[in-house]
Amino acid sequence: MTTTVAIEAGTELPPLRIKPISRTTLALFAAASGDHNPVHIDLDVARSAGLDDVFAHGMLSMAYLGRLLTDWVSQERIRSYRVRFVSITPVHGEPTCTGRVVSVEDGLATLELAVTLADGTVTLTGDATVAIN
Amino acid sequence: MAVDPAIIGTELPSTTMTVDEGRLRFFSTVIGHEISADLAVPPTFLFSIELENPNPFAWLANAGVDMRFVLHGEQSFTYHSLAHAGDVLTAKPRIADTYSKGGGALEFIVKETAVSRADGSSVADLSTVIIVRSPAQ
Repeated sequence: MTTTVAIEAGTELPPLRIKPISRTTLALFAAASGDHNPVHIDLDVARSAGLDDVFAHGMLSMAYLGRLLTDWVSQERIRSYRVRFVSITPVHGEPTCTGRVVSVEDGLATLELAVTLADGTVTLTGDATVAIN
Repeated sequence: MAVDPAIIGTELPSTTMTVDEGRLRFFSTVIGHEISADLAVPPTFLFSIELENPNPFAWLANAGVDMRFVLHGEQSFTYHSLAHAGDVLTAKPRIADTYSKGGGALEFIVKETAVSRADGSSVADLSTVIIVRSPAQ
């Protein structure tokens, strides 16, 4: 896939809306990612740590946010990608991934990225650099 | 409990994984990623290599950390070349830093992992910030 739209500061990526995260998704992501930490899949363990419920792997949200990039440019153009996990994503959370080009310099676009839940909670903030020519 | 700063600089066991097409398809399906025709490894899958270690969190337990109180604080990937199904990738992690905030209420551990192929060519450099919250929080 190649990008034909103009990439310049201010360009918004098409938002990516994810359906509510189910317990099944958490179990499958634990297996697929190899992160078997039970706090994401076993309610008994979550409660023993003082939590009301299991919560989603941060890397699941980072994987969704990565789709925002790979849906937009071919993957070999992605030079760097990083996030801060600023809030926990609860079960049934409904993430939306957004991104915006903040600068273009020396053939590299820098993007600001975020994942936000339906109630407005920001769960991830991050940035990426993407080669544009 | 405070994480002993002596762990800074510790090289953790490296993990080598042959990237399996079925595993990549499974991972891609779960996250809704449309896998490319050349079976490129999705951007965040590289984080999973070291998790193939039979006991990937042993080093945290050895540092006195209870996994139930661990949060993933930050994650970064710097990409050097695209990996594909069939590639044999090795992840070499080391502990780069540890520090605390909030009078010890939160402990931070920074782990840096280099991912490369058997021929030594670099695929990516990863950095992970792990947060250990105090059980009382």
